[in-house]
Amino acid sequence: MALLDLDPKVVRTARKLAAKAAEPVVSIARAHTTVAVERATLRLAGITGADTTHRAGDVPWVNRVVDTVREHCGLEHGAAVPVFHALREHNLGTLTELAEATAAGQIQFTVPGAKDFARAEKAARTAIARGMRAVDRNRATRDKMVAKIGDPPQRPWIYLIVATGDIDEDVVQAANAARAGADIIAVIRSTGQSLLDYVPEGATHHGFAGTYATQENFRIMRAAMDEVSKEVGRYIRVTNYASGLCMPEIAVLGGLERLDMMLNDSMYGILFRDINPIRTFVDQRFSRQVHARAGIIINTGEDNYLTTADAVDAAHTVTVSQLLNEHFAHEAGLPDELLGLGHAFEINPKVPESFRMELAHALLARELFPDAPLKWMPPTKHMTGDVFNGYLLDGFFNLAGVLTGQSILLVGMMTEAVVTPFLSDRDLAVENVRYVLNAAGGLREDFRPAPDGFIVKRAHQVLGEAVDLLERIVDDGLLNAIADGTFGLMKRPADKGKGTDGVVEKAEGYANPASDLLDEGATK
Amino acid sequence: MTEKRVVRPYGDTTGDGMVQVSFTLPIPHGPRADGAAQQLANKMGIDPAMVVHSKPMGPDFTFFVVYGSVNHVVDLEKVKVVEREYPLLPPTEVNSTVKKLLRRKLVVVGGCIGTDAHTVGIDAILNIKGFAGEKGLEYYRELRVVNLGAQVSVPELVKRARSEKADAVLVSQVVTQRDAHILNTQEMSAAFREAMGDAKPLLIAGGPRFDPLMAGELGVDRVFSRGTTPGEVASYLVHAIKEKKAMVAA
Repeated sequence: MALLDLDPKVVRTARKLAAKAAEPVVSIARAHTTVAVERATLRLAGITGADTTHRAGDVPWVNRVVDTVREHCGLEHGAAVPVFHALREHNLGTLTELAEATAAGQIQFTVPGAKDFARAEKAARTAIARGMRAVDRNRATRDKMVAKIGDPPQRPWIYLIVATGDIDEDVVQAANAARAGADIIAVIRSTGQSLLDYVPEGATHHGFAGTYATQENFRIMRAAMDEVSKEVGRYIRVTNYASGLCMPEIAVLGGLERLDMMLNDSMYGILFRDINPIRTFVDQRFSRQVHARAGIIINTGEDNYLTTADAVDAAHTVTVSQLLNEHFAHEAGLPDELLGLGHAFEINPKVPESFRMELAHALLARELFPDAPLKWMPPTKHMTGDVFNGYLLDGFFNLAGVLTGQSILLVGMMTEAVVTPFLSDRDLAVENVRYVLNAAGGLREDFRPAPDGFIVKRAHQVLGEAVDLLERIVDDGLLNAIADGTFGLMKRPADKGKGTDGVVEKAEGYANPASDLLDEGATK
Repeated sequence: MTEKRVVRPYGDTTGDGMVQVSFTLPIPHGPRADGAAQQLANKMGIDPAMVVHSKPMGPDFTFFVVYGSVNHVVDLEKVKVVEREYPLLPPTEVNSTVKKLLRRKLVVVGGCIGTDAHTVGIDAILNIKGFAGEKGLEYYRELRVVNLGAQVSVPELVKRARSEKADAVLVSQVVTQRDAHILNTQEMSAAFREAMGDAKPLLIAGGPRFDPLMAGELGVDRVFSRGTTPGEVASYLVHAIKEKKAMVAA
């Protein structure tokens, strides 16, 4: 049902260029580890809890251990071997005991000689494999629940956001949203969590404009939505954010607590949070491997480009980012059906033919990525506080989503940029979606843009511009392109940014059983 | 024609007082809920009030749309508006004004000073991601932002401000134990005065526990408190630079 008549040769060229641009970055990602990857590895091995007596407040045990390993013997060989070697040498039963002893200054971490190294690596693999099997079991449970309870009856799936700061309130709002028609619940994180270099512990009740992502909060929300799923007769998916400095750890915690989707972009942290590029690419690769294993759908963040740059002029940067995200995801083992590539309805409504242009862009994404569960994001930039106009704009956004076969629809709020949504705002917003689905759910069948018409031409133009930009990126090198401000307006040099000091080049004998288990797809 | 002194809302006839409101009450849908909405509307001064739409939202809530005539009048002479000393400018205008005034980029150096590691505030203002739907200062083409992050020492801040030729320095303070936010900020402003005298950049402090009236006590040019958005800071920067230039010219 190709409507745009895209030249397969041009599409192939675009993919080839994206792969070429990504290649050097993948090599760098393979050659480095980060403090966050090592912490994620130890979390899979079963370390939990926090040091509540530390003067800086609750410091997760995993941070204390990895920081101390780094201090004593570096992370070039990975944290797993020094940790499991110390566990045996000090005859300790659990990683928590080891963490406590570490905090008390009783442990000296070392990289042992060959024989002890192999022994420690084996012990680490056994422990980490247990965590990996827990992730596998969760995936199987999800599949079973979906088979039994069922997926939403319609496409696109309806995606709603809750963000109260208090996980208990979130649960109430999420349950109401699901009853009102939401298929996917996303809990927005507290402002600034992406820049914390640790994952907070426990159930939390005081976030800023969002709720902290913690393992316990994940568990609470998933358990509540399991109940609601049975009640409403469809499996309610839960979403959080594997982004920022703790991307790999959040991915692991999502896998351990059966989250279903994760925001996880390859470049968002670099561009919009000024996180070091190398740190981001290393963390991203590991986190995507975990998502692939856990069957978690990733959502990429292309909508952000359009909120900072003009949605017409920068349309091709979305396509470029989608192609790069696709390549990085495939490289990390994510299949198309877990690739929630993003784009958004952000063209200024005052631009003539803006809706036709939106259709062109949305259709281009649909046809470039036919098997990906595309995520369609609502207008935010041109929502002005005129809620009546906003409601109309959201209606057109919904129509564009239905007409171009989008897979996941983030419900737009007419009170965007005014207040956090009222109960009634959410209800009205879902009613808007429902009206459009009901009135025009099958309109896609009749939608045939004229072969040489505006929509087809515009889509071809955007794809052409995307290929041109990819060529420039290949010539320049992706890291240089990022440093020069090719994406958005931000210049992000490879040796700068937050979390730079958490990047470590791997030594010859680097060992990480989690990476091995992920690469091999092994369970033991 | 003299300006009217007293006005009422306008529906389709002068003086009809017609308004339209919508709200939700935490009661189940039904005649009783409609009566409750009617009562609330009356208390808001809408009389007669027509509950034109009521809809259940789940078992425990009802949403209403009400039309009616308000019996209040607006006395235009008593309207008092708080005038901000500077206008809020959209990013394009901030950029064009900076370009016109300086003919170069305006340099902003920011960070959290002392032991404070809470970069939430400074990041909300500086990061392109921004805050409350507004993009951070990094988004502004004509601003060059240097974000030094957390736990920056005062000497380091002064040094960087100097080497970057900063026009403005933004410091964020969240921790208030034993008045750390006040003491740190005073130390910072004193250091700038000592090192650079009148050539010091604009000093701006921000944090949830600061009172905007404290600028003098802290020795800074401006204090921003809870809820400040990047757009307000950007607009202030333009205003302050303009004032500074005018003073030099005079």
